[in-house]
Amino acid sequence: MLDSQTIVYDPDYEGPVISVQGLRNSFGDQVVHDNLDLDVRRGEILGVVGGSGTGKSVLMRSIIGLQTPNEGEVSVFGQQILGESDAATIEMRKRWGVLFQGGALFSTLTVAENVMVPIREFYPEMDRDFRREVAKYKVCLSGLPPDAAPKYPSELSGGMRKRAGIARALALDPELLFLDEPTAGLDPIGAAAFDNLTKELQQTMGLTVFLITHDLDTLYAICDRVAVLADQRVIAVGTIDELLALDHPWIQEYFNGPRGRMASAGKKVIG
Amino acid sequence: MPSDFVEETTEEGAVTLRFSGDLSIASMGDLPERLRECGDAVQRLDISGTGYVDTVGAWLIHRTARDSGAEIIGADDDAQRLIAAVAGADQATDIRPDAPNPVVRVLNEVGEATVIAFTTLAGLTGFFGAIIVGFGRLMLHPGRIRWNAVIARFDVVGVRALGIIGLMSFLIGLVIAQQGAVQLRQFGAEVFTVNLVGRLTMRELGVLMTAIMVAGRSGSAFAAQIGTMKLTEEIDAMRTIGVSPVEALVLPRFIAAVTMLPLLGFYASIVAIIGGGLLSWVELDIPPATFFSRIREVVPLTDVYVGLVKAPVFGAIIAITGCYQGMQVKGNAEDVGKRTTAAVVQAIFLVIVLDAFFAVFFTWIGWD
Repeated sequence: MLDSQTIVYDPDYEGPVISVQGLRNSFGDQVVHDNLDLDVRRGEILGVVGGSGTGKSVLMRSIIGLQTPNEGEVSVFGQQILGESDAATIEMRKRWGVLFQGGALFSTLTVAENVMVPIREFYPEMDRDFRREVAKYKVCLSGLPPDAAPKYPSELSGGMRKRAGIARALALDPELLFLDEPTAGLDPIGAAAFDNLTKELQQTMGLTVFLITHDLDTLYAICDRVAVLADQRVIAVGTIDELLALDHPWIQEYFNGPRGRMASAGKKVIG
Repeated sequence: MPSDFVEETTEEGAVTLRFSGDLSIASMGDLPERLRECGDAVQRLDISGTGYVDTVGAWLIHRTARDSGAEIIGADDDAQRLIAAVAGADQATDIRPDAPNPVVRVLNEVGEATVIAFTTLAGLTGFFGAIIVGFGRLMLHPGRIRWNAVIARFDVVGVRALGIIGLMSFLIGLVIAQQGAVQLRQFGAEVFTVNLVGRLTMRELGVLMTAIMVAGRSGSAFAAQIGTMKLTEEIDAMRTIGVSPVEALVLPRFIAAVTMLPLLGFYASIVAIIGGGLLSWVELDIPPATFFSRIREVVPLTDVYVGLVKAPVFGAIIAITGCYQGMQVKGNAEDVGKRTTAAVVQAIFLVIVLDAFFAVFFTWIGWD
């Protein structure tokens, strides 16, 4: 059974899904984050934007425990996870899924086997045939054609690899999904389809999504709120309209630059 | 709360499964196995009493309903939405690609390996041709020789290999002398240890072991460096600017390997002889002065020539396989690893095959 040290998940917790307070990250002399605060609400898609090198990925890695910050507190589902061992946070880690930038699929396993890895790891007692069925429907649920399941990652296109990555991230039916630049490197059609998939999955499964992106179309199309990283912290969080009302030069340039205006116009045309 | 269900049978024999608890991946337990045993008589799945339902629970309900033809009742909006979503994702598919018949597979692999062996040989020959052409062009325009690159390769391939090759050769010389002394002593002929060490290292082992070491040190580096440049499109960039990759990358490495191998091979032979001499002194009481004057008597000059003729050829083979495999890299980082391995294996294999041909050839021309 569970170790007494294990942090137990509280199903009745209603507060912010992720809460980051006073986070500080630095590499040598270079300070990436200083006194960074951020709350992610239950059921929302939060877009995280910021210029290159502002530490969007570092923030995500700090939350999921791949990077130990110098200072600060990070809690997920109301539980402090910073400084806890992997064994202690295992119950929490079952409740989130991560899609890395390149998909990070295990190259020696087929797509379906990739999806089975977390299931086998966390629920080894699950019936083998049932596990296979679960892997198969997860692959199809991620919008991959059925014939993609027995393929190896090297046989897939970039867009399909991302979908396979999301299938693996969703293997344990998480409540929280981290996406690191999911539409980077996809053609506009593939990117729009991926946005739709994210929205659809979020609505069907009631996910909370932490989404790092550079894609203005994604921000307009699916994000409920947007957090802006600049000056080593989150300078603003809100809907795009709320952000536009702010007088910060980077935000103005980002959303009111030529690309920002076009994405905004596209959103209005589509509705 | 763990999932559970009870079976209720009406008088007409219709079975209803009444579920309770959470239907989720964490609370599922052995439910899939138990449901499988319920059979076809099930007509209704009542999930009105369930708590939290996730897609895995929805899939379980959907699958049971699909297999038994039962009706799902009591699903709330969330559960209905999930069941509809997983039903839409219910498509026949496989976990692994179909495995072909083992006989066919073995034949396939043998065939593929044969084709690869011949295409590689053809590719290497073609690449050698390209190097010759590049070399010819360079001779016509000597100003284009990249001396800096060539000297840098001399350093990496030659000078920096001195330590490891010296140590290896010294130990090989020791081992040959020691084994020779033990065996030859049985005939009282231990003085012939000198012949053994001198001729074997000069003629064969010095150059051969050096070639193997250089293939492992530099052949692999050539393949990995050029392969990585291929991946990052540096080589394509060179071509568009008008720089020939053969001239800029391959020729300096080729020249360095061809020049350095005879020097390293000769050095290795000398160090091996020193090692053998040391052991002969300690074990057989042959003083160094005697040992070296004996070496001069018993090792014909042709043995030195044999080593020096073979060495540049081995160097060429190492450079050609390394650079060729590097240029063949396609796709991803994994391929760099595969090609590097292939470069080393092919270089060592070809070196040993050619060494056998050389042995026959030199005996034939009377250099024995």
